[in-house]
Amino acid sequence: QLDFWLAPRGPGHPVDVRVPFPSLQPLKAHLEANGVSYSIMIEDVQALVDHERTEMLRGRRQLPLSTNTFDYATYHSLDEIYTFMDLLVAENPNLVSKIEIGRSTENRPLYVLKFSKGGTNRPAVWIDTGIHSREWVTQASGVWFAKKIVLDHKNDQGLASILDKMDIFLEIVTNPDGFVFTQTQNRMWRKTRSRHSGSACIGVDPNRNWDAGFGGPGASSNPCSETYHGPYANSEPEVKAIVDFVKNHGNIKAFVSIHSYSQLLLYPYGYTSTPVPDQQELHQISKEAVTALSSLYGTNYKYGSIITTIYQASGGTIDWTYNQGIKYSFTFELRDTGRYGFLLPAKQIVPTAQETWLALKVIMLHALDHLY
Amino acid sequence: MDKEDIDDVGHKYHLELVLEDILDKDSTVNCTAEVLYHLPNKNLPPDVQFTIEGELKNTDEADSMFYNRIKSLEKELVAEDIPDSHGNVAPEMEPVRLLAWVASGYVIWQNSTENTKFQLAQIKHVKQVKRSDEYLEFDYRILLHEMVSQEIIPWQMTVLWHPHHGVQVTQDSRQPKHASE
Repeated sequence: QLDFWLAPRGPGHPVDVRVPFPSLQPLKAHLEANGVSYSIMIEDVQALVDHERTEMLRGRRQLPLSTNTFDYATYHSLDEIYTFMDLLVAENPNLVSKIEIGRSTENRPLYVLKFSKGGTNRPAVWIDTGIHSREWVTQASGVWFAKKIVLDHKNDQGLASILDKMDIFLEIVTNPDGFVFTQTQNRMWRKTRSRHSGSACIGVDPNRNWDAGFGGPGASSNPCSETYHGPYANSEPEVKAIVDFVKNHGNIKAFVSIHSYSQLLLYPYGYTSTPVPDQQELHQISKEAVTALSSLYGTNYKYGSIITTIYQASGGTIDWTYNQGIKYSFTFELRDTGRYGFLLPAKQIVPTAQETWLALKVIMLHALDHLY
Repeated sequence: MDKEDIDDVGHKYHLELVLEDILDKDSTVNCTAEVLYHLPNKNLPPDVQFTIEGELKNTDEADSMFYNRIKSLEKELVAEDIPDSHGNVAPEMEPVRLLAWVASGYVIWQNSTENTKFQLAQIKHVKQVKRSDEYLEFDYRILLHEMVSQEIIPWQMTVLWHPHHGVQVTQDSRQPKHASE
């Protein structure tokens, strides 16, 4: 009744065997009596099988047929999100286009949606979500923002006026390798999935890999750490792709990078306690943005510079973008404050996206009214 | 909040806070507390003194319901991934989650410094341990999220509970991370 998964080959070679419950004790006794050492690889095979079956049934959902029937109130797979993007472009070819800005470590395409009413190289707003893969409410909010822009671009005065003069770039899944890993292997994965020589540990923190105070205090040089900055700045293709895009575009005026959780709106710097020259203006914008956000559901946000509001962090995205001259550089930490943390219930996706959108509009409108 | 530096001892914080019942946001109670973080070389958990002004809500009915339900289970309760990846918690598991939250508060307290900020991220596994006495016992494997390092730290804790005797963590230990993580 023993089911060999790795068949006997001869002395010195290990054997893997699935043991039915009634045979467990007799087999253990037999092995021990004969001095054969063993270890348990899987305690309950049935549990794994059951789990896999539920996962696969869930995965067999139909891919969405239109962005109007897409379920915004649930978490989606990478394939579903990439399909959504293509649908959005197909349904709105005059407003939305998809750009591939690079490839991830595992060779997945990095896509950015461009929302534009025309012109050439207009001043632009950049929004990214999902740079840390376990922060699932951010990718889900990114999907919602994309649809929101399409829905509102004519009838919402604020958004219409923004798009009259500016383009919006939205990267929904900024770290697709990490995202897939959170769905298949480890829901709490944060980093990229790159391997760098000299370590068994995988991944670099993409929010410590930018060329701003790179390698300084506020990041780790240990490849096994969640805040590992990587071997050098822009070592991660996911980061390099954005750096190249921003430099080539040359006309980005506002840059917003979205994370969760903690309910914070942050501006630079993280790597140093020296205040940015535009500190007062950024602080004022933050205050207005947070007021707008809270007005919807009463969600409380704190705001301030990264280093004074959370902790010192070096090599961060918006420190780099600010130093590139993108004055309106902000980071959000979305819901919640720890009750569910990364595992935010899906029913909070839409309310989170809705309130965050109000704050984003404040930032975009300010940029529009203060183009530089 | 006030901070006081005490030579050779550590940093003492004076706090005024409002406690909010997570099950009833309108139910609040004022609290004052003193937290003393010892010098790092002492390796001691912070000392906490507190005063609550007023009374916490009575939870006898909910406590009895949960207690009787678990006591009357034929097979020991076993569950995994609470919440699941999508943030779902089965209604009957909600008290199990709340119990873990309270118990993890003790573990967090015992392992906190001025440079840590812990949250309970998930219950990976919970198993009830049947007892012959009146207490309920649960063996939890939880994940703690530490904000500053951003690490996810597996932790095991053995939790005792009885409606009249409160929560006790009788044993807890930090667990090694798996190779695939």
